[in-house]
Amino acid sequence: MSASPLLAGAPHAHGGDSLQQLMGTVLLALAPATLYGVFLFGWPALNLLLVIVLTCLVGEALCLWLAGRSLRPALLDGSTLLTGVLLALSLPPWAPWWIGVIGGAFAVVVGKHIFGGVGQNLFNPAMLARIMLLVSFPVEMTTWLEPRPWFSGTTPSFLEGLHITFGGGLPMADGMTGATLLGHVRTGLGLSQPLGEILPGHYQPGLAALGWTGGSLGETSALLLLLGGLWLLWKRAIAWTIPVAMLGTVLVLASVFHWSDPERFVDPLLHLVSGSLLMGAFFIATDPVTSPLSRMGQIVFGAGCGALVYVIRTWGGYPEGVAFAVVLMNAATPLIDHYLRPRVYGRTWLGQPKPVSERARRAAAGRDSGSGPA
Amino acid sequence: MRLHHFRGGVHPPGRKQFSADQPIQSLPLPARLYLPLQQHAGGPALPVVSVGQQVAKGELLARAQSAISAPLHAPSSGIVVDIGQFTAPHVSGLPIPTLVLDTDGEERWPEREPPPDPFGLDPEEVATRIGDAGIVGMGGASFPAAVKLSKARQAGVHTLVVNGSECEPYVTCDDRLMRERAAEIVDGATIMLHALQASRALVAVEDNKPEAIQALREACAHDPRFQVLSLPTRYPTGSAKHLIQLLTGLECPAGEPGTEVTGILVHNVGTAYAVQRALRHGRPLISRIVTVSGGAVAEPRNLEVPLGALAADLLAYCGGVSDDLVRVLSGGPMMGQPLPSLQTPIVKGSNGILALTAAELGPEQLPDPCVRCGRCTEACPMGLLPGEMARRVQHDDWAGTLAFGLNDCMACGSCAYACPSRVPLSQSLAHARGALAEQRRAEQKANYTRQLMEQRQARLARQEQAKADAAAQRRAAKDKKQRAAVTEEDDE
Repeated sequence: MSASPLLAGAPHAHGGDSLQQLMGTVLLALAPATLYGVFLFGWPALNLLLVIVLTCLVGEALCLWLAGRSLRPALLDGSTLLTGVLLALSLPPWAPWWIGVIGGAFAVVVGKHIFGGVGQNLFNPAMLARIMLLVSFPVEMTTWLEPRPWFSGTTPSFLEGLHITFGGGLPMADGMTGATLLGHVRTGLGLSQPLGEILPGHYQPGLAALGWTGGSLGETSALLLLLGGLWLLWKRAIAWTIPVAMLGTVLVLASVFHWSDPERFVDPLLHLVSGSLLMGAFFIATDPVTSPLSRMGQIVFGAGCGALVYVIRTWGGYPEGVAFAVVLMNAATPLIDHYLRPRVYGRTWLGQPKPVSERARRAAAGRDSGSGPA
Repeated sequence: MRLHHFRGGVHPPGRKQFSADQPIQSLPLPARLYLPLQQHAGGPALPVVSVGQQVAKGELLARAQSAISAPLHAPSSGIVVDIGQFTAPHVSGLPIPTLVLDTDGEERWPEREPPPDPFGLDPEEVATRIGDAGIVGMGGASFPAAVKLSKARQAGVHTLVVNGSECEPYVTCDDRLMRERAAEIVDGATIMLHALQASRALVAVEDNKPEAIQALREACAHDPRFQVLSLPTRYPTGSAKHLIQLLTGLECPAGEPGTEVTGILVHNVGTAYAVQRALRHGRPLISRIVTVSGGAVAEPRNLEVPLGALAADLLAYCGGVSDDLVRVLSGGPMMGQPLPSLQTPIVKGSNGILALTAAELGPEQLPDPCVRCGRCTEACPMGLLPGEMARRVQHDDWAGTLAFGLNDCMACGSCAYACPSRVPLSQSLAHARGALAEQRRAEQKANYTRQLMEQRQARLARQEQAKADAAAQRRAAKDKKQRAAVTEEDDE
């Protein structure tokens, strides 16, 4: 690359991590939830996933070509693939092909390349696309179905799958579709029913955690998402700050309100295992491009996401609010980054030189000399 | 003693095994030595010898020009053949004033009586002798040691930290020195304690050098003021600021040039050794230990090298370099400088000559875009946002770069090491520092030019005025004469 490698600047060593590796790790962490979603909802789910990923890659290539940039590193770094997968996992699994195409194209073109491509976007592209789809196509985006896993006999065949995705769409037979748990709660509360009447028959914490329930393609299994998230933490692909702050805020708010009126406010565990909270906390809010840089900023960001999720779920117009919460906090990220920077060595939080107090100096001299080896 | 914590840092592979088990050997005396007059922070030394002069080993060649400067002594006996320009041991490779000495191989020391007991001397006198021996910080910063000691004594420093952490990969010169000459290091540190009038010495060594720790513990067992500390291996533990924070939890205030306000002074083990040589044996600083290592070196070694030997001499003695050599560094891979030529001399601050292969340097590739992953911020031991700074450097936004703390950056390279997109972060910041220095120079030049212009204009105005005055006088005189002539005519 360099004409005179002798004259490159320090450091002359590199830790070896790469962008591809980072994206690959996240994709791998998502794999169990993705496979489970495909298992639960059959061929149409797989079709939708492929349609979206393909659209995202084509959109990315088109934008790069228009901008006169080289295709290779940007297309292969995995970030586009990840955007596509995240979007697919957040959609109803039997959504028709054109939902996928519109969503995927919107995510990549408007969500990412309008801002200048990888690393430049203000909002999480997948969540931006999901919100656009939800606002524009409310029927298709809120048509959920009960799980009909592979090998159970209820799953559509390959040809039926093609028909569902690319043909006439979802056969609207009774008993096949229904609301998600959060949607059901929302409707019930809207009819002034107490939770004691709404939940029985619809909510079993164990099944919800395992993901044996209706919902978005990849968001039903809290357990698999949690495992993937913990693995990401262990691999240090994400920091603990955002997930902990986001989940912690939801749990604290849910506990306080549930304790104040258990018939009006659902319990914290239901919040945790339903909808896309875990997906959002581990995989979406942690998107580095659109979240703050400093630990402090990340905690504020995560807490903001959590609070918004709770507010929207409890009092908002939609049963679920992770996408809205994350995108709203994305908009606050530059502000957070401006005000919450790490403290610089030798400086106070306000950036002034930090004086050494006489007491600290004496302590450094005195205490340690007492514990010498003599 | 309970250790504290400093933020950030990275764990580059140590790669010390290449040379760690190689005992210190002396480099055969080269026929010609190249001695840059500036081997230290501060003003260059001023030659006190002339071309053609015969000098003895250890004889003064150039004196310190000011308070912050250091003298230079002859590393061997011989003849001064030139005082001219020679390639600097710096990435620029620019010629700098250099004294060239042809050695005669006799290694002749001048007759001198043995020095007095250092502990009978006044502390200031000890510092003066350390200064006169040309001793500078041997860890790389090359700040005159005597200046640091005097300032610290006046500031009432109570603790001397003897820095043997040697956190740069590959480099093992301090490790070997500690293993083989621990008693001398402890003796030198004891002399420094006297010069400082300090009460305690902490010897800080990273735990990847257990033999050195053992040797030092044995060497200082008799002195209760000493304590040897085994520190967790992490880059940049060797940075004085971070070492102080690790040991005491104190931070040196930003903008402070030294560490005295914390009550602690940090000196490298090599400096302690040099002090011992100077105060016990009257030997000035004329040689140092240099690690020659890297995958392209046939036989990595730790060499005791006379100042002024060329990198090429060292590499040749270590069996030469292989064909897969890509880059030669002076110093370690994290902060070392690439040498533009092997014909550059070893100076007082050189701790390693590394000949690295492509495999060791990692693949050369264009950087990916920054995804703001924050690894650079996590790695930065100063708590800065290197990515944000580099973004501003790209747009030549110097004010913004400064506002994000460019002056707090210590150029340790941790950010660029950690960046998964391989964005040249430290390199961008180095560029910004260069550009800002350039800007300052241009401003100074513009100011100076304006000053000269103003002076010239004032001078021209004065001349003009003087001319006008003279003309007026002449006219007045002429008028007077004419009037006189007229009256004369009238008289006639």
